[in-house]
Amino acid sequence: MEDPMVIVSSSPHLHDRASTASMMWDVSIALAPAALWGVYVFGVRALVILLISIASSVGVEFLLNRLSKESTLADGSAFLTGLLIGMNLPADSSIAVPIIASAFAMFVVKWTFGGLGANWINPALAARVFVFFSFTNLMNTYRLPKTLIGVDSVTSATMLTEMNMAMSDGAVTGLTSTGILEAVQYPFTQFASSLSSWFQSVLRINVSPYTIDAFFGNMSGCIGEVSAFLLLVGVIYLFARKIITWHIPISFLATFSLLAWVFGGVRNGLGLFEGDFVLQLFSGGMMLGAFFMATDMVTSPTTYKGMIIFGIGGGFLVFLLRYFGSLPESVSLAIIVMNIFVPTIDRYILPKRFGEVTKTRKESKGVEA
Amino acid sequence: MVRISTFKKGGVHPKDKKELSHSQAIEILPTPSELVIPLSQHLGAPAKPLKEKGESVTAGEKIGEASSFISADIHSPVNGTILEIRKVMLANSIKTDAFVIEVDPDSPFATYDEQPYDSLSSKEMLDLVKEMGIVGTGGATFPTHVKLAVPKGASVESLVINGVECEPYLTADHRLMLEETTNVLKGIMFVAKITEAKNIIIGVENNKADAIEALNQKIRELTLPITVVPLKVKYPQGDEKQLLKATINREVPSGKLPLDVGAVVVNVGTAFAIYEAIALRKPLIDRIVTISGEAVSEPKNVRVPIGSKVSDLVEYAGGFKVQPDRIVSGGPMMGFAFYDQSTPVTKGFSGVLALVDEKSNKATKTPCISCGKCVAVCPMGLQPTRLYRLIENRKYEEAMKLNLMDCKECGSCSYVCPAHLPLVHGMKLGKRLGRK
Repeated sequence: MEDPMVIVSSSPHLHDRASTASMMWDVSIALAPAALWGVYVFGVRALVILLISIASSVGVEFLLNRLSKESTLADGSAFLTGLLIGMNLPADSSIAVPIIASAFAMFVVKWTFGGLGANWINPALAARVFVFFSFTNLMNTYRLPKTLIGVDSVTSATMLTEMNMAMSDGAVTGLTSTGILEAVQYPFTQFASSLSSWFQSVLRINVSPYTIDAFFGNMSGCIGEVSAFLLLVGVIYLFARKIITWHIPISFLATFSLLAWVFGGVRNGLGLFEGDFVLQLFSGGMMLGAFFMATDMVTSPTTYKGMIIFGIGGGFLVFLLRYFGSLPESVSLAIIVMNIFVPTIDRYILPKRFGEVTKTRKESKGVEA
Repeated sequence: MVRISTFKKGGVHPKDKKELSHSQAIEILPTPSELVIPLSQHLGAPAKPLKEKGESVTAGEKIGEASSFISADIHSPVNGTILEIRKVMLANSIKTDAFVIEVDPDSPFATYDEQPYDSLSSKEMLDLVKEMGIVGTGGATFPTHVKLAVPKGASVESLVINGVECEPYLTADHRLMLEETTNVLKGIMFVAKITEAKNIIIGVENNKADAIEALNQKIRELTLPITVVPLKVKYPQGDEKQLLKATINREVPSGKLPLDVGAVVVNVGTAFAIYEAIALRKPLIDRIVTISGEAVSEPKNVRVPIGSKVSDLVEYAGGFKVQPDRIVSGGPMMGFAFYDQSTPVTKGFSGVLALVDEKSNKATKTPCISCGKCVAVCPMGLQPTRLYRLIENRKYEEAMKLNLMDCKECGSCSYVCPAHLPLVHGMKLGKRLGRK
């Protein structure tokens, strides 16, 4: 009567089919539209950077696998890290940059701490910050997207850098972000300008063409960060596949927006509640950071409450660094700093237990149920 | 307007797979030639054997006696002879003594007719529940006479009847509510009388719309003071704590019992057994079992004598059409996998499933990426990944401080874990070792 063919294991005997690998590949799929946009607007050079960083991340992981006698390539995490590193670099970076960044991410940040699941900061972010501060000159040239000026390979500083430079000159005091960009004659597309007038005439909403361009990805920046729109398309996929929840990105963006709206105008001589937070939301690495970097599972809290604290902290730090810091990389640095707090958050922020009812509340409620 | 509620915190939505057997009417298993009746079919102390090898037994005769406060009597389902008393292993890996009874093939069963019960006092009813060896048939098998004996000073605000059957595949309770509607309701009214409950509620998940309909119709016909609450499908709603949250919106505090929030929860199967005990004076000697799973030729709901072997059931359902990867007693989320088909059906045995694994069931474990999915789905608000890590490192005391004992082993965390960590297995181990 004994059946040697059946498995005897502990319950449950069902599984929802998701695996670490499927989740990693899902994130890569979600990133694809924004990455392809980067290749489209920044040219072949962008594709080269993306491919080199993916190849070197996977290559370094493979070598480390040989060392530690395991096989983790199929889990998709090395591919994802490579893709994220590439997307976080400008198309005009030196070829050496993605290679160095990938090696740093896979070897120093991930492998030395114990591999997948054991690193305490996001490898791709740590790599970006590492190469930026080590080899600033090799990766600080940005080109304007060809959708913005018709040809590619015209270099320009990013919107945020342009604004910061103009403000430190003191020539634009009292202007909003849009005003500053107008003053420095930052280019915008015909599409954005007509959409802006449509908003103005039909909906009576004032939306600057720079905001529209920033939203759709007509601005200079890193390969994968420019199109907020396509990143959000990917985010919808992540929500549908239940890979991420709203807690981190929304609390992150909401905190930043609130602070930027209330205090954002102050540094340039405007009053309270005059900050142009919408343009700020769509510029720089904000979307990529909030939705794809801050939500990295390994380096974010496990409880919803913890995630919200993490997001609020991140949003607050981005605000501080972006408005009052003297260097770029505000989103990366903010997330890395919050990464450091994650073990502490996870230790002390416990989910509310079922049946955790205080005496007084229970009694005051009575038995009316 | 009917409010469709559910419990709030956590929970998962496995495919319910009930379509395999939910339209199969209850059939009667052909009388097996031999029954194996374990002395430990309930939570608490095993029953004390009253018979010896070679003695003959009659159907309904008490052959094992409750040996302590939390224990239950055991009865013979058939006329026959005791071949031996031997150690057997139950599906849940518990080893216990069992009577092996050779069934008299000429007249195996006794017949039971409804007897007058209107004049019975609630004390007499409770005594019948005890005498007839009734235990919870949902799987926990807590002796029912202990549960229904409401201590002095406590009162039962709500009697909540559990018709949720949230485990995938299982349809025994569903069929029971459909086919024995009146008797289930009678059983419920007996329980209400015994516990002096003020409100009576039946919670049923709305994937059993026909059962909800049937219950409502009979309740109207008999003008009974019972409310059927349809519930949104979500696992583990059949757990009594989640059920109370969903139906009467009360949370049983950690480490407490439903009675602490003025509630008693009884399974529909148990209510039916109580009906038979009180109205028919029939002991708990048979039960309805779902035979299902992808590997079974003809999934069925079958009424079987306690002590029937799994092989008898499988044979009746046409055997296996493919080699099953696992054979499980109970539901797939909390049930026990076992390998021996001579394992007997006991009082808490709600189904036997022959499952064919999907690829993800066989995946090997990978490192935890702290995605927090287990935390999100835990209906008790625990942190399975953290507890698992503590238990792995043998820090049982710390795990206890994080309320490991609140874990009900519902399996939601393991079900969603993308790293395929055996979280529930870890919890079970931790509870066992941490208690010492």
